[in-house]
Amino acid sequence: MIKLTVNGKKKSFKGAPFKRLIDVLREDFALTGTKEGCGEGECGACTVLLDGEPVNSCLIPACQADGRKVETVESLGVPEKLSKLQEGFLACGGAQCGICTPGMLMTAHAHLRSKGKSDERSVREALSGNLCRCTGYQDIVKSVIKTAKGLKR
Amino acid sequence: MSVGKNEPRRDGPAKLTGRALYLDDVAIPGCWHGVTVRSSVPHGTIKSIAYDPAFPWDECVVVTAKDIPGKNLVALIEADQPLLADGVVRHREEAIVLIAHPDRATAYEAAKRVRIEYEPLPPVFDMEKSDTVFKSYLIERGDLDAGFAAADVVVQGEYRTPSQEQAYIENNAIAAYEEDGVLIVTGSLQCPYYVLKAMKQIFDRTEDKIRVIQTVTGGGFGGKEEYPSMLAGHAALLALKAGRPVKIVYERHEDMAATTKRHPSVVRHRTALTKEGKLLAQDIEVIMDGGAYATLSGVVLSRGTLHAAGVYECPNVRVRSKVVMTHTPPNGAFRGFGAPQTLFAAELHWEKVADALGIDSLTLRRRNIFKVGSTTSTGQVLMESVGAEECLEKTVKASGYAAKRKEYDRWNADPKKPTWKGIGLAVCHHGAGFTGSGEVYLASRAGVALTAKGELIVLAASTEIGQGTNTMFAQVASDALGVPASWFSVETPDTHKVPDSGPTVASRTCMIVGGLVGRATKDLKRAFENEFGRVPKTTADLKKAAAVLCKGSPARRFEVQFEKPPEVTWDDKTYRGDAYGVYSYAAIAVDLEIDRLTCEVRVRKVTTAQDIGKAINPLLAEGQIIGGSTQGLGWALLEEPLFKDGVMINSQLTNYVIPTSLDTPPFEVMLVEKPYSRGPFGAKGLGELPMDIPGPAVAAAVKHATGRLIPTLPHTPERIAQAMK
Repeated sequence: MIKLTVNGKKKSFKGAPFKRLIDVLREDFALTGTKEGCGEGECGACTVLLDGEPVNSCLIPACQADGRKVETVESLGVPEKLSKLQEGFLACGGAQCGICTPGMLMTAHAHLRSKGKSDERSVREALSGNLCRCTGYQDIVKSVIKTAKGLKR
Repeated sequence: MSVGKNEPRRDGPAKLTGRALYLDDVAIPGCWHGVTVRSSVPHGTIKSIAYDPAFPWDECVVVTAKDIPGKNLVALIEADQPLLADGVVRHREEAIVLIAHPDRATAYEAAKRVRIEYEPLPPVFDMEKSDTVFKSYLIERGDLDAGFAAADVVVQGEYRTPSQEQAYIENNAIAAYEEDGVLIVTGSLQCPYYVLKAMKQIFDRTEDKIRVIQTVTGGGFGGKEEYPSMLAGHAALLALKAGRPVKIVYERHEDMAATTKRHPSVVRHRTALTKEGKLLAQDIEVIMDGGAYATLSGVVLSRGTLHAAGVYECPNVRVRSKVVMTHTPPNGAFRGFGAPQTLFAAELHWEKVADALGIDSLTLRRRNIFKVGSTTSTGQVLMESVGAEECLEKTVKASGYAAKRKEYDRWNADPKKPTWKGIGLAVCHHGAGFTGSGEVYLASRAGVALTAKGELIVLAASTEIGQGTNTMFAQVASDALGVPASWFSVETPDTHKVPDSGPTVASRTCMIVGGLVGRATKDLKRAFENEFGRVPKTTADLKKAAAVLCKGSPARRFEVQFEKPPEVTWDDKTYRGDAYGVYSYAAIAVDLEIDRLTCEVRVRKVTTAQDIGKAINPLLAEGQIIGGSTQGLGWALLEEPLFKDGVMINSQLTNYVIPTSLDTPPFEVMLVEKPYSRGPFGAKGLGELPMDIPGPAVAAAVKHATGRLIPTLPHTPERIAQAMK
């Protein structure tokens, strides 16, 4: 049995140890906020944090998450009370179709939490593993920079 | 007033918290997974279909063309594309057998256990060698021969553009099930009433027995205009045979290999000019590759043809165009819809003309560009809302174009520099709404409802696919009524709840359907005034008014239908007249740098001004412009579907590369608002416009940087290196 912490809650999983983490999250734990875009680690839509680090959950077998902490988009705010980062995305136009958004948020969240630099180049580098086809990235980058500035105050 | 303000997007909080339910997130009890067995030859007859006896087929449901209760047809324009290949296959990845199983992995395993034998037939892959023409057009204005006879110079050029994958991040996904005798299909789609039209013929059912409901949709860009009709048919066939819900969610490689893309094109220009650079005649030939079935090719070609002469006045024009059949998966709608192909040629051709005349392309554009009163190639006189010149001048000024041309010339002349630098321009128009008489045939309807409880609901079949439809509708409706935007919600596109507003395509949602919503709301306003004495001022007041207006029924609907503006005339037979009610305009400057050793291109800055009549929500409008331009930069520099034996061989995001945050430059966007008298609050079309001209602006910048005019996209390092030899 695989034991892990998901969004602060203890969870266990008894299925196939090589089941992809994304499928465990979505199918076994009903956390459908994590999205699949390509299934091969290119698009980043399935990004979750594993012990705080962004990973493509479509490439992680469940057994690799054994004993570790997983954070998904559901760990951030709720519609009635968005997190600062989510508020930043809403104010700056950082989400359009929304399918890349959960992964994008998790990467940005990890970057900000680890005190990553908030200049444009650093933010673009941090987000470069997450594809977005709608926005052209500028408003996403603005969202992250705005949030970083707000957090420093 | 809400219009003109950056209201936060309606769907934002749900999308930002992972609560928004895309089709694959929807829990459908008892749902099986559908998969597709596809042709492995580009052209041939099906000799036999065999099912591996070692596999437990009794666990599955299997469907072939024989199981289709109505017509084996995906109804769209021409009745030529089967839902499932029957006897003959005409392209690789054509669907032949469908399988559903309770377990997704087992369903895929089952698909591998189907053996199909073919008798191969010769395929045609080269559009210039195809003799099957789906559609052709001829536009003629003036006297072409007289124009060329008067010419000081004649300039010829040939330009080629590749296919392009929409690369929405959510793959195609549809589920189907039957409930109380009603066949329900739900999923990721742009055009619920297109799906309904196809389903009626496949299942020989009336509209009341079919219900199409959109789920939250993770991008479309045209790629979910027509294909969902096919996928809905597949899922529904399986669901009806299995007697339970079935969903089909494509994997990325399947979506890229099997579904529609942008039409590849060849465009040839022969242009006559005076020595001062005034256009005398344009003779243009356009060929597009439609793929194996006609699908939307005729209308894609139409838009391409109507934009082929560019945003310039020319007294003598001939445009001859055709779209042909090849044995490749059908090409279809992708943002721009044929216009980016012909505008690439029209705009880049100015660089060639500039060399021939010794006059720079900016000056040439200034001497010919559309103004109020100009006449287009179809004889349309532009009466209002012509922002082409303003877009051009704003872009030139803000980008520092003139100074950079000189500065980069000096930089490029120094052989010790590690890079070449260039800045390139392009300008375009883009017709909003359906072409010619298209909007008249569509006869779209939209409306608003007032419920007895005092809810205000926008009713339209236009889908939110990320572009901001729902936010825009609420803003237009609330201002038309004079109440806060928060009072309005927007109904889910569901063919049993909303009227047919036409498809969510052609940059028509805001201008056409938004206009209908505004009109319907004015009817509601009059009803408030006549029956309640005033437009309600508070939500408590609204509840009282609702009780009066609804007169005991649960809701009252106010619907209106599109009416042709009386001044618009169009002749489908001669292709003369007002091709579009109005045009939007854009200009763009691309500033880039090329590594002299590797020939890699880095875009440093994009400056663009776009005339969209009125920005209902400037933040969302700029988001469309930056996002659309980025797709254009991808097409110009990175993206190229590669085909071998009729199938895309780079059908993965690993080897089909779209721009990342590091490939994308800073954008400076300027909104130009030349109001259109028939658009809601002056608004014109926006969605496709920004896709149209990054391509030629990149190519012009590469020409400036390297001195080489490369007439083919994309400008990959390999192609630039080849040109430098």
